[in-house]
Amino acid sequence: MEVHTIIDVHNVNFYYGRTKALTDITMSFRKNMVTALIGPSGCGKSTLLRLLNRMNDLIDGTRVEGEILFEGKDIYAANVDPVEIRKKIGMVFQKPNPFPKTIYSNITYGPDLIWSKNKNELDELVENSLKQAVLWDEVKDILNKSAMTLSGGQQQRLCIARALAMKPDILLMDEPTSALDPISTAKIEELIEELKKNYTIIIVTHNMQQAARVSDETAFFYLGKLIEYDKTEKIFTKPDVRQTEDYITGRFG
Amino acid sequence: MNRHTKEKFIKYILFLIALVSVIVLGLIVFSLFREGLPIFKKIGLADFLLGLEWYPTSEPPLFGILPLIVGSLIVTLISTIIAVPLGVLSAIYIAEIAPAVLKEIFKSIIELLAGLPSVVLGFFGMIVVAPWLQETFDLPTGLNIINASAILAIMAIPTISSISEDALYAVPREFKEASYALGATKFETIIRVILPSALSGVSTAVILGMSRAIGETMVVLMVAGGAAAIPESLFDSVRPMTASIAAEMGEAPYRSAHYSALFATGIVLFFLALVFNMIADYVSNKYKQVGSATL
Ligand SMILES: Nc1ncnc2c1ncn2[C@@H]1O[C@H](COP(=O)(O)OP(=O)(O)O)[C@@H](O)[C@H]1O
Ligand SMILES: [Mg+2]
Repeated sequence: MEVHTIIDVHNVNFYYGRTKALTDITMSFRKNMVTALIGPSGCGKSTLLRLLNRMNDLIDGTRVEGEILFEGKDIYAANVDPVEIRKKIGMVFQKPNPFPKTIYSNITYGPDLIWSKNKNELDELVENSLKQAVLWDEVKDILNKSAMTLSGGQQQRLCIARALAMKPDILLMDEPTSALDPISTAKIEELIEELKKNYTIIIVTHNMQQAARVSDETAFFYLGKLIEYDKTEKIFTKPDVRQTEDYITGRFG
Repeated sequence: MNRHTKEKFIKYILFLIALVSVIVLGLIVFSLFREGLPIFKKIGLADFLLGLEWYPTSEPPLFGILPLIVGSLIVTLISTIIAVPLGVLSAIYIAEIAPAVLKEIFKSIIELLAGLPSVVLGFFGMIVVAPWLQETFDLPTGLNIINASAILAIMAIPTISSISEDALYAVPREFKEASYALGATKFETIIRVILPSALSGVSTAVILGMSRAIGETMVVLMVAGGAAAIPESLFDSVRPMTASIAAEMGEAPYRSAHYSALFATGIVLFFLALVFNMIADYVSNKYKQVGSATL
């Protein structure tokens, strides 16, 4: 199978005010693959993830150096609207964060912003997105109930469905299961397996087994630097760098 | 004293303090009713509330307070219509849009506005707004509904703005991030996520702003014009209940019918304030949205 690069990160440094959170990151993410970002807490995984859809723009006093190319175009170029980037690169957060609206309007929130669709199209979109997130059977009769009545795991799958409704090219997930119980976690992992057929997924995780189970490639970060980046199998069986091995085997972090 | 008795003692003291405020309030309400109710021996409730003529010192005196009630309600309503958009929009600007430096400046200005004594604002209404209104619109007097409402709005804006601002700050960051991550602009996020989540707080702010306006005395005494008649236009003078009580209480003989009628007007005002507070309570519960995700 031919592999395409969808995102190219070039010599990226990132600062929160004076603190440098990422140092000279260069890496490419491959299309239709699952890439896991691992590393001890505070090493900059979330920061990198949020750079990819320009979510860090929302934090005052941050600064990016270097280039991040999405399908060949620098998303930090002056003429790029971050809003357009976020429509193509969806995000799922650590803590499930559905809007305090109905399940239905959670899904249509994003699409409503761009297309004025008719009711049928929207119904169809809601159904498809929820099916893709394997939530449809559980909620098809309560679409007009508040999303807040769902369990944590269901809320997280709703958030995934909500992101999918935008038909993004890439799905960024920041520790999507860290707040969930093992059964919900397993469901989300299965879902990731399904989704990678159609989407590129970049997932931050604290859980080594999860990275090993769901990802094709794994990047290990330490203190804001990319230490090692390779096929997941390689990283977990015979990593080149000592620090990677120490982290994976639980000797630190 | 061991720890247990000490805690009990503190609890007791706090209870007594709470009790004192309740008792004081109770006594105030009691005396309001004791002084006010005797008027109803002379005049029926309906004639009092719906009577169109307030001539408390004529012979025989007429105690119809409908013009006063209408006066209070109309200036409250108009001032709300002016103050709500300004107060809520300034809160949105301060909480969500303004850069850090401007945010502080705007907040200080609004706090300053809140600290202005009402008599100063009333003065401003009398010597600046009134002559301007009178000349511009060629009116017999500039002391009228519009003037009073505008000044009351200036007083209500800080209340509405600062309470709305707190409500906006209380919207969980997760909701905003979710919205931005779906490609919403700042404006869309404010309209579709932030404001709806803050609705209960914002409505409370609006109603508290209104109760501030309906109870305000000095401003309406100085700039509403004082005519006890049902107004026909926004440029007519009115005599809100508070203004009437403040102006006449000094000259009403102790326990005369006039005196008692003024207290009864106070009772009406008391109930109106109560209703406002109950509405505020109700909306703040009704629109309360369940917070961010729980597991
Ligand atoms: N909003 C922020 N403001 C300032 N510093 C931050 C902010 N977010 C993260 N950081 C800092 O940046 C570094 C990387 O954080 P983060 O990307 O969240 O790490 P990770 O997701 O790997 O745990 C940490 O040292 C953290 O303290
Ligand atoms: Mg993180």
